[in-house]
Amino acid sequence: MYNFEYSRAKSVADAAKAASGDAEAKLLAGGMTLIPTLKQRLAKPTALIDLNGIADLAGIKRDGNNLVIGAMTRHAEVARSKDVKAVIPALAHLAEMIGDPAVRNRGTIGGSIANHDPAADYPAGVLGLNATVITNKRQIKADDFFTGMFATALQDGEIITAVSFPKPDKAGYMKFKNPASRYAIVGVFVAKTGNDVRVAVTGAGAGVFRAKDLESALTKSFLPTAVEGIKIAADGLNSDIHASAEYRAHLITVMAKRAVVACG
Amino acid sequence: MPSVSLTVNGRKVSAEVEQRTLLVQLLREKLGLTGTHVGCDTSQCGACVVHVDGTSIKSCTILAVQCEGTNVLTIEGLAQGDKLHPMQEAFREHHGLQCGFCTPGMVMSAVDLLKNNPKPSEREIREWLEGNICRCTGYHNIVKAIQAASQAGR
Repeated sequence: MYNFEYSRAKSVADAAKAASGDAEAKLLAGGMTLIPTLKQRLAKPTALIDLNGIADLAGIKRDGNNLVIGAMTRHAEVARSKDVKAVIPALAHLAEMIGDPAVRNRGTIGGSIANHDPAADYPAGVLGLNATVITNKRQIKADDFFTGMFATALQDGEIITAVSFPKPDKAGYMKFKNPASRYAIVGVFVAKTGNDVRVAVTGAGAGVFRAKDLESALTKSFLPTAVEGIKIAADGLNSDIHASAEYRAHLITVMAKRAVVACG
Repeated sequence: MPSVSLTVNGRKVSAEVEQRTLLVQLLREKLGLTGTHVGCDTSQCGACVVHVDGTSIKSCTILAVQCEGTNVLTIEGLAQGDKLHPMQEAFREHHGLQCGFCTPGMVMSAVDLLKNNPKPSEREIREWLEGNICRCTGYHNIVKAIQAASQAGR
């Protein structure tokens, strides 16, 4: 690891000020991706601005029909939260499937979506549930937030403070995970709210994306059988030592079907 | 060089560290607590699991400076004098190890499991150990040891 300056931010304003003054500085949330990246010398930030001391960034609250999860809320807290289990049980289930217990005790929702790893779980939940990402500057709809591989709409000095999830009628998340890393080879989040069905896919492409063919089939008939005949094109999907693009395309349909079953 | 002050196994300690020093390096290299092992160094294997403020984490994936003011418990802090912690005793009784390299992390994870879930099922134990890799035992006796510690109400 190359060395860097380190500071512990006391407030979001404090962190934003430090970050906007140095384009090569990085925000440190749970560190479950950033620290391994630094250890491999794949990044060389001048400074790390630690968000872990900002108490009001963590926590889960209900706001009318919405669930608002603070950016520094750990995966373990989301997985065991009574509020999350009551309002969006699929989201608690998603959090419980991330990494392993020690990773879930550190990793955060804000860090996960800011990083937008193409195989991360939370981007599928945020996009599938049509959530709103709240930053220190504005509110960003999920459809506008994820812009590409490891890329988001966040600007320099912009810090995620929370994510607001509207309550769906039904939702389910299923992933086919890499048994070593527990990252999604393919993960599919399905949510139904009124007549609107959203299907978000992670692990398969350059970033999370919505599967429109599956959405329109499920809008007509919200049954596992409605998607089982749909063939997803392999063009542009990821192909690596873990799975070919064709295999991932096949898994999208299979995981979507299982996610619909999980919706109950 | 920044200095960091924290409590390790009930003892207040301070040390000079680089910003990039990992907690596991502070424990092993500065404090001489070599019970916490570095297995993979890539946040996968769990040999380095310790408790920070009562929660199990991978000490190879947190900076020492982040642990300022925290309470850290390592494998060396579990036994009371010559009396092993009940989880250590259960691992010994049920031979929950072969080479022993992963054992400190296994024990620390298992102690955290029973704190959260005192009566886990076999499946819950196996799922909890997803982040602790053992290449010798096939996990059979590790799971048995944790079940025994749980049944003894430890």
